[in-house]
Amino acid sequence: MQFMLLFSRQGKLRLQKWYVPLSDKERKKISRDLVQTILARKPKMCSFLEWRDLKIVYKRYASLYFCCAVEDQDNELITLEIIHRYVELLDKYFGSVCELDIIFNFEKAYFILDEFLLGGEAQETSKKNVLKAIEQADLLQEVRIFLYHQIHLL
Amino acid sequence: MSPSVPLQEMIRAIRSARTQCEERGVIQRECAAIRAQFRQSDNGGRSHNLAKLLYVHMLGYPAHFGQMECVRMIASPRYSEKRVGYLGAMMLLDEKQDASLLITNSIKNDLSHSNQYVQSLALCTLACMGSAEMCRDLAPEIDRLLRASNSYIKKKAALCAVHIVRKVHDLGEMFAPAARSLLSEKNHGVLHGAVVLITELCERNLETLEKFRKAVPDLVQIMKGLVISGYSPEHDVAGISDPFLQVRILRLLRILGHNNEAASDAMNDLLAQVATNTDSTKTVGNAVLYETVLTVLDIKSESGLRVLAVNILGRFLLNNDRNIRYIAMISLQKIVGTDHNAVQRHRGTIVDCLKDQDASVKRRALDLSLALVSASNIRSMMKELLIFLSSCPLELRSQAASGIFIAAERYAPSQRWHIDTILHVLTTAGGDVRDETVPNLIQLITNASELHCYTVHKLYRALLTDISQQSLVQVACWCIGEYGDLLLRGECQETEPVQVSEDDVLDALETVLQSHMSSPATRGFALTATMKLSTRITDNVDRIRSIVSIYGSCIDVELQQRAVEYNALFKKYDHMRAAVLERMPVIEKTAPGQTNGESTGEPIKDIQSVKVKQGELLLPQPPANQVCDLLDLLGGSEETLQPSPAAGGTAPGLPANTASTAGGDLLDLLGGLEPAPLTPAPTVQVYEKDGVTLTMSCEKQSATGLTVTLTASNSTESDISSLTLQAAVPKSVQLHMKAPSGDSLPARGAAKVTQMVVLNNPNKVNLKMRVRISYSSQGSAFQDTIQIDAFPGLSAAGH
Repeated sequence: MQFMLLFSRQGKLRLQKWYVPLSDKERKKISRDLVQTILARKPKMCSFLEWRDLKIVYKRYASLYFCCAVEDQDNELITLEIIHRYVELLDKYFGSVCELDIIFNFEKAYFILDEFLLGGEAQETSKKNVLKAIEQADLLQEVRIFLYHQIHLL
Repeated sequence: MSPSVPLQEMIRAIRSARTQCEERGVIQRECAAIRAQFRQSDNGGRSHNLAKLLYVHMLGYPAHFGQMECVRMIASPRYSEKRVGYLGAMMLLDEKQDASLLITNSIKNDLSHSNQYVQSLALCTLACMGSAEMCRDLAPEIDRLLRASNSYIKKKAALCAVHIVRKVHDLGEMFAPAARSLLSEKNHGVLHGAVVLITELCERNLETLEKFRKAVPDLVQIMKGLVISGYSPEHDVAGISDPFLQVRILRLLRILGHNNEAASDAMNDLLAQVATNTDSTKTVGNAVLYETVLTVLDIKSESGLRVLAVNILGRFLLNNDRNIRYIAMISLQKIVGTDHNAVQRHRGTIVDCLKDQDASVKRRALDLSLALVSASNIRSMMKELLIFLSSCPLELRSQAASGIFIAAERYAPSQRWHIDTILHVLTTAGGDVRDETVPNLIQLITNASELHCYTVHKLYRALLTDISQQSLVQVACWCIGEYGDLLLRGECQETEPVQVSEDDVLDALETVLQSHMSSPATRGFALTATMKLSTRITDNVDRIRSIVSIYGSCIDVELQQRAVEYNALFKKYDHMRAAVLERMPVIEKTAPGQTNGESTGEPIKDIQSVKVKQGELLLPQPPANQVCDLLDLLGGSEETLQPSPAAGGTAPGLPANTASTAGGDLLDLLGGLEPAPLTPAPTVQVYEKDGVTLTMSCEKQSATGLTVTLTASNSTESDISSLTLQAAVPKSVQLHMKAPSGDSLPARGAAKVTQMVVLNNPNKVNLKMRVRISYSSQGSAFQDTIQIDAFPGLSAAGH
C-alpha cells in the first residue's frame, strides 16, 4: 500500500497515513485531487478506479470515506477486506465507532492502524491479537503516568 | 486509555469556529501556546502538546517547528511520550527532512529495549519512513530480531525487512536465510510477514527465486492446512480461514511457479482444490478465488485448470456486485490474447456490461468487446457496439469510434455493410472520429462501384437531415459532386425511389456553403462538388456559374482561390471543363491503413482528375489579380495543388500514356514518386515559352539534401536582360539560392545563365518547387511562374 486516507463527505481529512516518501506539498496536492475525484463519484459506482498511475480502492462507511492506493500487483478485493478489518478494529475499540470518535481521538486511530498495518502491509491477521496489543500498550501508557503522578505526590 | 483532555478541548475549540478566518485565529493562538510549551523544560503535558500540533498539521497548517520536539520526545524514557513522538516522526518527518537522521540512534536503542511495545514503536517507524541510510545502519539489528525474539516482534521485523529491501536492494541477501526459517513458524502473523518478505526477495533477485522454489511444497502444505482446517475463530472471516494469508501465499506461488513446470505441477492440485472449495458468496471468498485465478493463468497449469479459472471469471461476470464484474473484465483482458476461445464463450455477458451504469465498467467492457470481435460475430457485435456508441459517455466516444472502424475494416462481410457502418458512426459520433476517416471512406466508396447509386442516395438523405457533422457532410458533398447524375436519375434498386430535382441538390449544397456550422474544409468540398455538377446536370448550369462567381470574392482565401479557378474554367476554358470534371478513377490504397499521398487530408482527394496529354497546355497560371505570393501558394496543408504541374514541354513525373489514368494512383499526379521514366537524363526541361527555355538538373547531396541547377537559355532573336529567378518550396523545406551566373541572356543561345538552388528536406515531405522567372526583352517585362513537382535524380522511395 502506498497511502491510506480517511475523509468526510465534505472533503475534510480525518486521517492520512503515507508509506511512500513524498513532500508535504506533494501530499497535500494528491490528497486534494484524489478526495475531489472520489467525492464526485456516484454511490453505486465501482469501488476501484485507476487514478494517475495508481490503483485506488475506496469504500464509504457512514459519513467517512476510506481510501487506499495500492500497487499494481496488489489484490483489490483483499484490500477491501483490509479496509473492512480496520473499521471492525475501530468499532471494537471505541464501541460502535462514529466519525466524532475518530476526530477527537485521532492519535488512537493511528495507533490502532499501526498495530494492524506495518510499512503498508498487514502485520497481524487476527483481530483478537491486534486489540490485545493495543490494550497492553494503552495500559503501559497509563501505568507510567500513574507512577509518575505517584512519585510527584510523595 | 484515558482521553487527552487538553487535546480534546482544543479540537472542540477549533470545530466551534464558524468561519475559516475564526479557525485560523484559534489555530494561531494554539500554535503560539504549543511553541511556548516546547521551549519550557520537562512538564507532564508534553505528549498532549505534540498531539495538538499533529492535529493542527492534519488540518493542513504548517507544523515544521514540531520536528525537533518529536526527536526529543522519541528519546524520552516515558512510553506515552515515545508513542506520540514516534507518531509525530511518521507524520512530520519524511526521509527528505534532515531531522530524520537524528532519530536513527534513538531507533537503534529502542530496537533493543526490554519492552516489546517500545521495540514495536521503533520497528513501525523504521518501516514507515526509514531512509536508505537508516536502513543500511539498522539492517543487522533487524536481522537479529528476525531470528531471536517472540512472535510479536518477529512479525514486525519481517515487514521492516521488506521495507529495507525495497529501499536498499542489495540487503536482500542478508535476510534470505532468516526468511526461510520463518516459514516453519505456527503464528499466522509471523507466517504472513515471512511470505511477504519472501515475495519481495524473489521479485528482486532471480537466484533467490531459484532457491525458494524448494519451499513450494512447504507453502502448499501451509495453504492446505488453511483450506481444509475446521473453523478457527481467531482467523476466520466469513467462513474462510485467514484469507489475508491465503492470498499472499497464492501470490508467492504464482511467482515461484511462473515459467517452471516442476513448481507448477506441485501446486496444481492445491489450486484446483481452492478454486472449487472456496465459498464465493462474500467478497472475501471472491478475493481468494481471484488470486487463485491469477495464479492459475500465470503458471504452467494444465488445460483443465485453465478452463476452470476462466469459468470462475465467467461466473464473476454474472455477479451482482459491480466490483466483481470489473475485476473479472480486467483479468479477461489480460488473457484475451492467449485464451481467446475461452473468453469468447462469455462474449454475451461482456456485451451486456456495455450497458452498465459505471463508466469504468463500460470502458473495460468496450476494450474487451473490441478484442472479441471476429469474422463470425461481426454483424451482431457491430449492432451492439453501434448501440453503445449512441449512448456512451463522451470520453469513450473516440475510442469506440476508432475501434469500430478497425473492426469494420478487418471483418466487413460486405462492402455495403461496411459503408453503412461507417455512415452510421459518422451520423452518431461524427465529431469524434479521426481525420483520416473521410479520405478512407471516399476511397471505399469509389471502390464499391455497384453501390454508387445507393451510397449517394443515402448520403443525400443524411445531408438533408443534419449538416452539423463535418466528416459526414464532407463525404456527402464529395459523393454528390461525383455521382450527382445517379442521384438525379431517381431510381435505385436498394433504396426507395425518390425524385430529386437539380434545384434540390443545388439547394442542399448551397445550404452547406452558407451554413455557419460548416468548417472551411467542408465548404471547400461543397464548392468543388457544385462545380463538378456543372457537367452532370443540364438545366441549372447558370445557377452554378453564379454560385461560383459569388465566392470569387469570399474572405476565405482557399474558397476564393477555388472559385476564381472555377470561374476561369467557365470563361476561358469551357472546352476543357467536361474533361477536367470527369469522374475520378478508382483510388487504390497504397497500403492498408495508410492515407494516400501526404499526410494532408482532404484537399488532396479533392484534386480533379487531370487527363494529361503530352505537350498540351494545362490550366493556366493563376490570374495576376489574385493575391499571389509564391510562398503562400505552396504553404502546407491548405494548398490545393493546381493541376498544372508544368506548362508545356514534357511533364516530368506524369504518366506517359495519355489515356485515362487507369491503374495510375493519384500519387502519380501529386508528385513524381517515380523518377520520370520519360527522361532518363537527369536534365529536364521545365519551361519553354517565347523562346526562353529553362532546364533543371538535380543532384542528391545527402539523405535530405538536394542541389538543383536551373539553366536558362534564350533562342529568340533579341537579347534578354534583367533575368531573375525566384523559387519557393513547401514550408518545412529549407531553401538556399546561390548567386546566379549572370542576368542576361544574349540572343540565339549564345550564352546561358545558371542558378544553383540548395534544398534541404529534413521532414522528407513531398518536394515541390515553384519558380518565378522574370526578364525584360525588347523593352517589355515578362513574368511567368513554373511549378516543379518532380525532381529527376531523386530516388523513388524518399525525397
